[in-house]
Amino acid sequence: MSNEISKFQDPGLPVHQHRKSDHDPKAEKRAEQQVAILFLLSAISTVGTVASYIFIKPGKFVFLPVMGDVEAQQLFLGLGLAFSLLFIGFGAVQWARRLMPDEEVIAERHEFRSEDADRKDFVDTVKERAGTVGLGRRSLIKRSLGLALGLVGLTPLVMLRDLGPLPRKQLETTSWAAGTRLVTDPGDRPLRPEDLEVGSVAQVLPALAQGEERTLENIGKDAVLLIRLRPEEFQLDAKRLSWTHDGIIAFSKICSHMGCAVALYEQQTKHLLCPCHQSTFDVTRAAKVIFGPAARPLPQLAITVDAEGYLVAQQGFTEPIGPSFWERSS
Amino acid sequence: MKKSEKIAGNVANYVDERTGAAKWLKKNLTKVFPDHWSFMLGEVALYSFIILLLSGTFLTFWFDPSQRDVVYNGSYTPLADVKMSAAYASALHISFDVRGGLLMRQIHHWAALLFMAAMIAHLMRIFFTGAFRKPREANWLIGVGLVTLGIVEGFLGYSLPDDLLSGTGIRIAEAILQAIPVVGSYLAFFAFGGAFPGHVFIPRIYTVHVLLLPGIFLALITVHLMLVWYQKHTQYPGPGRTEKNVVGYPLMPVYMAKAGGFFFIVFGVTALLGAVASINPIWLYGPYTPGQISAGSQPDFYMGWLDGLVRMSPPLETHALGHTISWNILIPGLIVPGILFTGMALYPFIESWMTGDKREHHLLDRPRNNPNRTALGAMSIAFMLVILINGGNDLIATHFHLTINQIMWFTRIAVFVVPPIVFVITKRLCLSLQRADREIVLHGRETGRLVMMPNGEFIEVHEELSPEKKFTLTQHEQPQALEVPATDRGGVRNPQGLKGRVRARMSQAHVEQVPAPSESEAKALEGGHH
Repeated sequence: MSNEISKFQDPGLPVHQHRKSDHDPKAEKRAEQQVAILFLLSAISTVGTVASYIFIKPGKFVFLPVMGDVEAQQLFLGLGLAFSLLFIGFGAVQWARRLMPDEEVIAERHEFRSEDADRKDFVDTVKERAGTVGLGRRSLIKRSLGLALGLVGLTPLVMLRDLGPLPRKQLETTSWAAGTRLVTDPGDRPLRPEDLEVGSVAQVLPALAQGEERTLENIGKDAVLLIRLRPEEFQLDAKRLSWTHDGIIAFSKICSHMGCAVALYEQQTKHLLCPCHQSTFDVTRAAKVIFGPAARPLPQLAITVDAEGYLVAQQGFTEPIGPSFWERSS
Repeated sequence: MKKSEKIAGNVANYVDERTGAAKWLKKNLTKVFPDHWSFMLGEVALYSFIILLLSGTFLTFWFDPSQRDVVYNGSYTPLADVKMSAAYASALHISFDVRGGLLMRQIHHWAALLFMAAMIAHLMRIFFTGAFRKPREANWLIGVGLVTLGIVEGFLGYSLPDDLLSGTGIRIAEAILQAIPVVGSYLAFFAFGGAFPGHVFIPRIYTVHVLLLPGIFLALITVHLMLVWYQKHTQYPGPGRTEKNVVGYPLMPVYMAKAGGFFFIVFGVTALLGAVASINPIWLYGPYTPGQISAGSQPDFYMGWLDGLVRMSPPLETHALGHTISWNILIPGLIVPGILFTGMALYPFIESWMTGDKREHHLLDRPRNNPNRTALGAMSIAFMLVILINGGNDLIATHFHLTINQIMWFTRIAVFVVPPIVFVITKRLCLSLQRADREIVLHGRETGRLVMMPNGEFIEVHEELSPEKKFTLTQHEQPQALEVPATDRGGVRNPQGLKGRVRARMSQAHVEQVPAPSESEAKALEGGHH
């Protein structure tokens, strides 16, 4: 055996195999008919689409296995459209496969790199032209142009400033204040402690002053969950315990992770779960994070009852609610 | 002369006398394209983009991108008299009171999923076959850009109807903005025109979704295709195929018919899906309000991995000097995706640096013949799948009776453990496949035919491969590792010592190969045994 390693040689393109329709006029005719039938099927489907649009009344449902009830007009419009398109496609592909030339052809490919002489020529030209401008020498122009171009980009940035107001204290404040009544959402009815049974949950919002409208921005900051447990189930320090009333504890419903509504309450384990990223909070321990990506407990709202026996806030939230932000201090 | 030929002649004459394009047109109409099923993936992406433009235009005729409050009074009675945004109301109107409106909404959504899926599949094909190598690096960069923008465009698109599910997605996007150090709260207030959710976000993203991003897509796709055209398509190795030629079918008529027909097929398939398969039934979710949410909130699949990454993040936040940094959002939401996409974009340059290969490549690699790259790709896919699983952890938990905690802990560990294992297994698999290729070239194909020899011995007959097959299996290059001396000729320590050693080590890993059999080896075997 010689040390020379010889690779297997390229045998070149295999000999072309002719199709039946290339030499048999009957097969060719058959292929032609097949293509035509496919195109005709498409035409029929379009007629069906138009008929469905005109004649099927909206609001009728048909049952499809697996898919369930489907609105009949949308279904037949869609099927008509689908088949009218598919059959054009099938026809064209069949045409190409059976009747158009199927012999592979070879095209040359050339390296992209230009001839050395051309490259040199190009570089010389650029150098020469750059030389006539004198960019290398005129550094004053170069620098001032750089400055101008750098600054001109500032204009669009500055002009985007009016997209919105500055946050100021808006991320840190809510509508809750001392004495604000807790009202049901929806319904806006004030709540007494006896309206909540042990084990139940209610979503509440701050009562509106006369003539005030509730906005989504308010709900996004003010939404609070009320949960009633047996008072002995709490494992809270004295301060946090004083924020509850008769087993009723209130937390911001806006997740301290990314602001979703923490809406899933597991009565057995007394856990609150956020459906977005599964952060889990223990209600008995002041919404301490016991699982998931949230880094802070849900802020607790101190509550009590007013003279008329309705649940009210003792004070506003003592920390910003919702997801973290740079200016947040704790 | 037939009448049609005369007309064609006149048209050609008209065009040429005004542009002088006869030569150019002749050359390009007969341009050769190689044929392979995997070359259709990019085509599918292109066609779904066109379907998106068409169906999206239809939707804009009725959609009202406004967050002003309206009271719904359309024909979907469960939401009668409910206060909602005009955007949501008009999306309901399209779904229930415009004939074919729901169909178009569903075609648009299915086409968007297909667009992303096809782009990702196309990207994998390009990666695993090494089609990104010189001279196609620029097209790889454009492709990565298109995938990235596709994710953004898709997210904005499904956010437009302003239903409860999509509003929740916007809330999460707002939290990511807000988490950016120093400028986060400002960015969030600028984007939303004040406190979340505000009244300007839907109209703003509408402009981005229907004008800005589609315009950028159109520009990038045009350049992408022009480069494919100009540089000529790559081809798989095989008999008659070299670095110096393109073997395939001419544009006119074969590719015009095939590609044109294929566009109709792709459109037909999305129409079929739109007709029978319900997607994003926004009327079930209700209008958005920040105080509510539905269980099992899921983004579309191309965002699912990001959501899974956010879900598995540990609860890390830093509070110092009166400021807060949310690592639990920044790392999974911005830093890791940033590293992933930058790494992906730079890969062609990294590979060329570590192999020292600066030549043009037009013949594709069979994935097994580049074990290191294939393993790297498989490892990345494994990483994405693990985090995607965690993005659906709530649904998986309810379907398979597991707890979310089990799945979360499984994926938290698996995301570090599984990708390296997949790397090693894939690399071994590739080398085994190379060994199998070697075996079959040298010893032929097992026929399953047993023959009894005169002496009573049974042997299995091996059939020699065709010369074409032998060439295909052995044509690949046998690269050599880069040698980087630790010291220069004078014995002075190489100033690039560490960088050089890293490069040498990477190059060594990259060239690991089973030697391809040669004709000389085959000849040597012929004389002796099987």
